[in-house]
Amino acid sequence: MTPILQVKGVTKRYGGLTANNDISFDVAPQEILSVIGPNGAGKSTLFKQIAGFVTPTTGEVIYKGTKISGLPPHKVARLGVVRTFQETTIFKSMTVRENVIVSHHLRSKASLLGFFLGTGQAKADEAEFGKSADDIIDFLGLQAIRNETASNLPQGHLRALGMAIGLATHPEIILLDEPFAGMNHDETMRMVAMVRRLRDERGLTVLLVEHDMPAVMKISDRIVCINFGEKIAEGTPAEIQANPRVIEAYLGSEDAAIGM
Amino acid sequence: MSMSRILGIGTFLLAVFVLVPVIIGLSGRWDFYYTLTSVALLSVAAAGVWLTFYIGRINIGQGAYALMGGYVSAVLMTQYGVSFWLTLPLAGIFCALVSVGIGLPILRLRGVYFAMVTLVLTEVARLTALALPITNGAKGITSIPLPGELSIFGLTIIPDFATLENPKLAFYLMAALLMVLTYLVLWRIVNSRLGHLCRSLQQNEELSASIGVNTAMLRVLAYAISSFFGGLAGAIFVAISQSIYPSSFVVQDSVNFMLYCFLGGLGYVFGPMLGTLLLYFGWDLLSIAREYQLLIYSGALIALMLVLPNGVLSLLDKKEGRK
Repeated sequence: MTPILQVKGVTKRYGGLTANNDISFDVAPQEILSVIGPNGAGKSTLFKQIAGFVTPTTGEVIYKGTKISGLPPHKVARLGVVRTFQETTIFKSMTVRENVIVSHHLRSKASLLGFFLGTGQAKADEAEFGKSADDIIDFLGLQAIRNETASNLPQGHLRALGMAIGLATHPEIILLDEPFAGMNHDETMRMVAMVRRLRDERGLTVLLVEHDMPAVMKISDRIVCINFGEKIAEGTPAEIQANPRVIEAYLGSEDAAIGM
Repeated sequence: MSMSRILGIGTFLLAVFVLVPVIIGLSGRWDFYYTLTSVALLSVAAAGVWLTFYIGRINIGQGAYALMGGYVSAVLMTQYGVSFWLTLPLAGIFCALVSVGIGLPILRLRGVYFAMVTLVLTEVARLTALALPITNGAKGITSIPLPGELSIFGLTIIPDFATLENPKLAFYLMAALLMVLTYLVLWRIVNSRLGHLCRSLQQNEELSASIGVNTAMLRVLAYAISSFFGGLAGAIFVAISQSIYPSSFVVQDSVNFMLYCFLGGLGYVFGPMLGTLLLYFGWDLLSIAREYQLLIYSGALIALMLVLPNGVLSLLDKKEGRK
């Protein structure tokens, strides 16, 4: 199958510091691929390079045959690659529904002037956004808190809202930055099921950066392991668990209990 | 639109266009026309400042655009014989274009850094007006004609102000009408997608970019609209005072525009209008306190910010219990 996303020799140097070096891997359509590695391995930098927040020093990111590295984030999002954030990032003083509606920006057919004047197209757009927002809210099980102000929500709901914001752009690839961080076992299992549904029911390709090894092993089709900015392994969860370089990278760290 | 809203707008328009002139006519306080005209034109400039607040930028540079707009209008009228009514939009458009050039680099700054640069802008505008030959330096531009007749297809819409019995009333009505139009536009912006996107920018620029908003473009757009209002206010000022000097709008004015927004309420479209009215009118009324004027004024200002940090209009929220 032709890959939907190709990372080719991506490198980022900040002065003398190399955040990541010559990382390459392919992502197949509708695959769930996790990027793992100890703290400071360069995972988040890799995500920023894919989503357009950081331009690689060398190397490139190809999405459906088009080079997207170097494009600004809004253009990358327009093409269908969207990133959710490590910190739960939402629009604090809007309600849940407003958050999701405003994030439909990319779906607008009317111009900003059209929205200002309230043209027919603008009204049709707004109606469509409202419908789609309700659809996403239902999909993520946020019906009960639809009209809550986002700043009042507990952590678990915030993470789901962050995902709803990402879905509102109707992406083809969604990048989830530590979706399980700070969650207890039950919450993690629910989130794992949710990520699966993103792929199974909405046909998304999912890339995630994560520390929670049991969850990663459970959810991923394939895993890429990074250490000190370099890719040290790539393969299925079983292959990664058996890889001596991965075990070495994690040995002695808090994540040593790999695959438990 | 709800019944109470229509009623509210109706009452407001009635007060501005009928009640005020009637009360002034009865009380004989003709000087209030000048005060209220000033309030109206200052609140047009403050509306612009408010919009930059709405994208999360503290703008202390509106005086620069008011001055610029004033000079554009004055130069066009005195040197090129352009009708005042045409210079009004031209002044706004000129300021909007200039603000795109200035905004592109400086809008990348956030917080106090952006505020500091805008603070300098007013001073730069003043010094530029002093230095350029076309602005006539410190002597300024004086004896600017009153607004002439505005007619379309031979139909007189606005008579020549020089022929009017009561130009004060005419100026008041003109400024008030422009104020109403400005806030209508502002209200529409805030309640359309444009405003929603501005809000997303104010709350989280990174997230806004990642949902596909061209944040750089949107910031410049909001700033250009803001500066358009500034230029418009400057042009009205020129028509009223019939003169303009480099010191017509100074840093103090820029700071005042910001204060009007703060006091009225940054979360409310009509905040800057109310803020301008209270502060400007309040200052005027306090003149009876003579040497204590500034003391009482600043004391009241501090007290208001302590008691109502979200502006005077936040009183409405408490009463109705909504946000």
